[in-house]
Amino acid sequence: MSILIYAEHDNTELKAETAKLIHAASQIGGDIDVLVAGHDCAAVAQAAASISGVTRVLVADSSCYEYQLAENISALVVEIADGYSHILAAATTTGKNFMPRVAALKDVAQISDIIAIESADTFVRPIYAGNAIATVQSSDTVKVMTVRASAFDAASLGSAAPIETLTQLHDAGLSSFVNAELTVSERPELTAASVIISGGRGMQNGENFALLNGIADKLGAAIGASRAAVDAGFVPNDMQVGQTGKIVAPQLYIAVGISGAIQHLAGMKDSKVIVAINKDEEAPIFQIADYGLVGDLFDILPELEAAL
Amino acid sequence: MKILVPVKRAIDYNVKVKVKADESNVDLANVKMSINPFCEIAVEEAIRLKESGIASEIVVVSIGTLACVEQIRTALALGADRGIHIQTDADLDSLQIAKLLQTVVVKESPDLVILGKQAIDSDNNQTGQMLAALTNMGQGTFASKVAVADGQVAVTREIDGGLQTVSLTLPAIVTTDLRLNEPRYASLPNIMKAKRKPVETIDAESLGVNLTSNVKLLKVSAPAQRSGGVKVADVAELVAKLKTEAKVIS
Repeated sequence: MSILIYAEHDNTELKAETAKLIHAASQIGGDIDVLVAGHDCAAVAQAAASISGVTRVLVADSSCYEYQLAENISALVVEIADGYSHILAAATTTGKNFMPRVAALKDVAQISDIIAIESADTFVRPIYAGNAIATVQSSDTVKVMTVRASAFDAASLGSAAPIETLTQLHDAGLSSFVNAELTVSERPELTAASVIISGGRGMQNGENFALLNGIADKLGAAIGASRAAVDAGFVPNDMQVGQTGKIVAPQLYIAVGISGAIQHLAGMKDSKVIVAINKDEEAPIFQIADYGLVGDLFDILPELEAAL
Repeated sequence: MKILVPVKRAIDYNVKVKVKADESNVDLANVKMSINPFCEIAVEEAIRLKESGIASEIVVVSIGTLACVEQIRTALALGADRGIHIQTDADLDSLQIAKLLQTVVVKESPDLVILGKQAIDSDNNQTGQMLAALTNMGQGTFASKVAVADGQVAVTREIDGGLQTVSLTLPAIVTTDLRLNEPRYASLPNIMKAKRKPVETIDAESLGVNLTSNVKLLKVSAPAQRSGGVKVADVAELVAKLKTEAKVIS
């Protein structure tokens, strides 16, 4: 068996998802090639080559891959797909965007968002927003899958794998990049952070989210939000943790002023330790929290910051 | 401009789903079904494009059992012009759905296809992208803004790090994210009027698409339940527990 993993990156940095996918792929077994498609992305390729378990890194470095447009990336992946038994990408907005195109062009099903690997053809994935867990078996010749990276540990660093250059250029001409408004933050990304502190509707407004900053600084945490806080306009949507936002599983998740709607729980219930701070002692979040603190967050947050 | 909107009949988003005792699947007997919420957003976006004079006709298509006609009628009551029901009792995967939709695209030649980004039952997030690949169209997935002008559609997409805008040459595929719009409710007169709008029924078997999936559902189980822990009295106790018991901070 031979596995192709699509590297998650932004042309400068290899994202944490990739090492987790490599670890997931090692559970299937076989050679593991990592494809880095981007522009001026040599540093990403170096980083991918240094992860334990990687057989080869394939680099397609061209302006047509700079924004990882689905039309171009899928054409590239399909061209090099022959011989691979499995093609994996992280279930990020990048992977979710191009992978179904790969599957359709290969005339196979895609298995989305897998959280466990039972064997080379049998996989586990959440359905109904995580309220049910499906085990599925694929008889397709190539298994095209997206992987929920937070469900897997990261592969460690190893000796450097060889890096090979791909020269295939695919510019489908169907789409073009216009612009991006990316959130610039010194903090870790939500999906990579080992500690997350999230605010909900109880924060009352966007300004009050500043109360989370000091705590996040002390813990090296990312700051998230519930859908209620996003819908109320307190913070942008890219901070949303939940079924319709980001799925996270940090070592420590601190939910502040979040009642615990099912859709939020679906995004964070696999965290190792959950702390809930809420003034309503009946809030559903306390039913899944390891440590619950009932009280006014406006009193508790400054106290917590001082105590850390 | 003609817009095609595929809609899926799915469990209503307010229903708490239960797994069958024999773990063969979830139990959908006597459960309320609705238009998948993301598909409803797609219908709304098409209607807004029609109201702004950009679109002239909205065709809504649904694939599945006879019951799907209910969701087509709902879309017609919201403002779609006519419906196509591709009838099948088979349990289809996204690839088969995309292939059936491809036949509709070939026949109808829409300028824009708007779909929900995923269904809240299977959570696959595949059909729009697969349809785009099969029809060789550009795609704007997870849209929070759609602007049509001069044979192009600019789609602002919700991506992990923020927003990205891409420009696609029409015809193109758009899939909707939650914040694209807030769907309207159908008025009673429009519900009555929708009953007279045309709905064409096509037998899925007649479309020359292989409807068998290579993915077998082996088991559906309930997720592991997380049990609640303890309430702590104050911040000092919380910090102490996190340091010494959970050992997640130092």
